[in-house]
Amino acid sequence: MTATLLGVAITVAQIMLGLALACAAFRFVRGPRAQDRILGLDTFYVNAMLLLLTFGIQTSRTIYFDAALVISLLGFVGTVALARFLMRGEVIE
Amino acid sequence: MIQAPDLPAWAAIIVGVLLLSGSAATLIGSLGLVRLKTFYERVHAPTLGATVGVGSIVLASIVCFTALESRLVSQGILILVFLTLTTPVTLISLARAALYRDRIAKDENVPLEHGKD
Repeated sequence: MTATLLGVAITVAQIMLGLALACAAFRFVRGPRAQDRILGLDTFYVNAMLLLLTFGIQTSRTIYFDAALVISLLGFVGTVALARFLMRGEVIE
Repeated sequence: MIQAPDLPAWAAIIVGVLLLSGSAATLIGSLGLVRLKTFYERVHAPTLGATVGVGSIVLASIVCFTALESRLVSQGILILVFLTLTTPVTLISLARAALYRDRIAKDENVPLEHGKD
């Protein structure tokens, strides 16, 4: 009984995170200026990482933790590099 | 596809509630990203997902794997600490870059420079 309830809760959580991904993708595609697109990309990274964590809970495998850590690391580096590019016009001076 | 780990009842309830609240907070933050009007309002919205959302989902996974393997599985703490440290850095640098661009473009709706009227 509780296993079924937990399964439904996990699926609902995954659907909500998928909608959040769609919102971030909308801002990434539409965003009137470059900073809006970068903000959407950063949100997309965080939401995708959370979706991976829920997949890890669903299949009870800890390998997803490492994938989520790598995604958050790459998201941080990518967003900082893009923000620097907006500020200065180049990434490495 | 409905599939769930085989958890005891108390852990299943904790994991389910934490997962639902975390993903709801993330969804609200991302909806704010779509609905708010200016960039300086929008830059606040995703932090809801990066703090409350990440916190409760990581906590849910820690409870889940600790109950499954009967030992403390604390890898998730690393993700939580990393995101808590890096989100303010990225958003501050992004907001400063946006301010710089808007001031160059002589936009009317830019917040005033600090120390000037």
